[in-house]
Amino acid sequence: MLNEENKNKLEELRKRYPTAQSLVLPVLWMIQEQEGYISEESMKYTGTLLNVSFSHILGVVTFYTMLQKKAVGKHHVEVCTNVSCLLRGSGKILEHIEKRLGIKSGEMSQDKKWSLSEAECLGSCGTAPMLAIGNEYYENLTLEKIDKLIDSMQ
Amino acid sequence: MNFQPAHTDAPAPWKRVILPDVPDMHKIDFYLANDGYKAFKKALDMKPDEVIDEVKKSNLRGRGGACFPTGLKWSFMPKNSDKQKFLCVNGDESEPGTFKDRQIFEFNPHLLVEGTLIACYAMGMTAAYIYIRGEYGKWIKMLQKAIDDAYINGFIGEKILGTNFSTNITIYRGAGAYICGEESSLMNSIEGERGYPRVKPPFPAQNGLWGCPTTINNVETISNIPVIINNGWKWYSQIGAVKHPGPLLVGVSGHVNNPGVFEMPTGEPLLEIIHKWAGGVPGNKGIKAVIPGGSSTMILRGDQLEGIRMDVDSLKAAGSSVGTAGIIVMDSDTDLLQVITRIAEFYYHESCGQCTPCREGTDWMFKILKRFEKYEARIEDIDLLMDIANTIEGNTICALGDAAAWPVQSMIRRFRDEFEKRAQSSNHP
Repeated sequence: MLNEENKNKLEELRKRYPTAQSLVLPVLWMIQEQEGYISEESMKYTGTLLNVSFSHILGVVTFYTMLQKKAVGKHHVEVCTNVSCLLRGSGKILEHIEKRLGIKSGEMSQDKKWSLSEAECLGSCGTAPMLAIGNEYYENLTLEKIDKLIDSMQ
Repeated sequence: MNFQPAHTDAPAPWKRVILPDVPDMHKIDFYLANDGYKAFKKALDMKPDEVIDEVKKSNLRGRGGACFPTGLKWSFMPKNSDKQKFLCVNGDESEPGTFKDRQIFEFNPHLLVEGTLIACYAMGMTAAYIYIRGEYGKWIKMLQKAIDDAYINGFIGEKILGTNFSTNITIYRGAGAYICGEESSLMNSIEGERGYPRVKPPFPAQNGLWGCPTTINNVETISNIPVIINNGWKWYSQIGAVKHPGPLLVGVSGHVNNPGVFEMPTGEPLLEIIHKWAGGVPGNKGIKAVIPGGSSTMILRGDQLEGIRMDVDSLKAAGSSVGTAGIIVMDSDTDLLQVITRIAEFYYHESCGQCTPCREGTDWMFKILKRFEKYEARIEDIDLLMDIANTIEGNTICALGDAAAWPVQSMIRRFRDEFEKRAQSSNHP
């Protein structure tokens, strides 16, 4: 369910689009920000809210990488391993994080605090290697910087 | 937060206009104090067709990768249509090696807003959507602040500055799909669909968003518009390369001492960009290879860079393209087979799956390249790989197929020896 603030936001956004279907992504974003991921129940809710079929919503959710189909850790770490980061040592960065967190890419820690995944280019090539946690970018990474970052968030 | 572009030590005598050397330009007061929205006011005093003509004569070419003449694209929009017209500004910026639009969102967002307004006025649009990749949450907030301030100051909304011109600007947040940088996928995404590319024709100017006339321009392209209107087409058309003029945001990444985004006139020598602007290669190593314009552009050999310039003609003559001007430098110790495998993995991951050659071909290219990376390749795999790339190229709805094929084709053509050496030293399980 959207909270009051997001419900109001949605009503404002409706004025900007000729069809309610355009609001599928914005609503899914709101739900993900509220709940951390998009459950099947949330998809049905979105469909009812916007008068769009559940199968359409499911199609959209499964198309976009950033829409989480299951719960992720409190801190969802995404390490870019694309070319520019690869050239500047993203392999070692990923390895180090896996060791520090005790989980592999694609996994979540048992206490649900951390989840880890490899990401495609995040547009930070000039400050490679880098990782993102939520909306925050951490750039020009070194192993020491990663240690400090993980310690500060433990 | 540091609100100055990272690099201010340009060696060439170029006074930056897209990312000017002025602190706090992201704030509307500072933008206004530095002639902000002057171009928009000037445009409102011109006839819409005069604005399009000015852009046409400036010879501005799109900065999103295809280098299409912007004024010509604008002139495709029907004049006498009873349908609503739309502008989409493409800030999906997902091409590996590309990180320039982000600088505009952060350091000069009002320039983008102003350019968007001028474009809407020139083409008679009452709504613009700025599509930004989902990962740029922080930069979406920065641009939203600029848009909000522009609304408050009466530059966006109903009957703008006392004229009959009204328009809205809305940010649309993507959700992690490279393909949505393709213009027709982008429109499908805004319509709330899966981001599948559409078959062309019909072209967006006839049948775009919700079946209405639509123009899609890149963020950097739109940010050039106020500069053209302020200084005139003549001034603009004389900057840099004659057939591809203007300031260019060049991103340099990989094995350089001083990576970053640099604003420079088009047509700067590639080697000078690497050695002077980006500080050269660490440890003074040689350059093995360079990708000049984002990962989909054809890779160049390090020993064949002499004389190549960052403009559409020079890079075309060199057998590549300017793309998004995202230069990736690889030093003499680079394992190119690891690089091309990672690039192939990217296109495999990002293929939308509509067209068989791309869906199956990107998968096979990745699998075969993985064999090279792991020293498990056979010599005949080289021709097999080329065959698959050739089957993808030109046989798909959108350009992602080509984008996946070109790096593989060029890597084999220009570094066949590396593939052969790897196959010869491979063990077959």
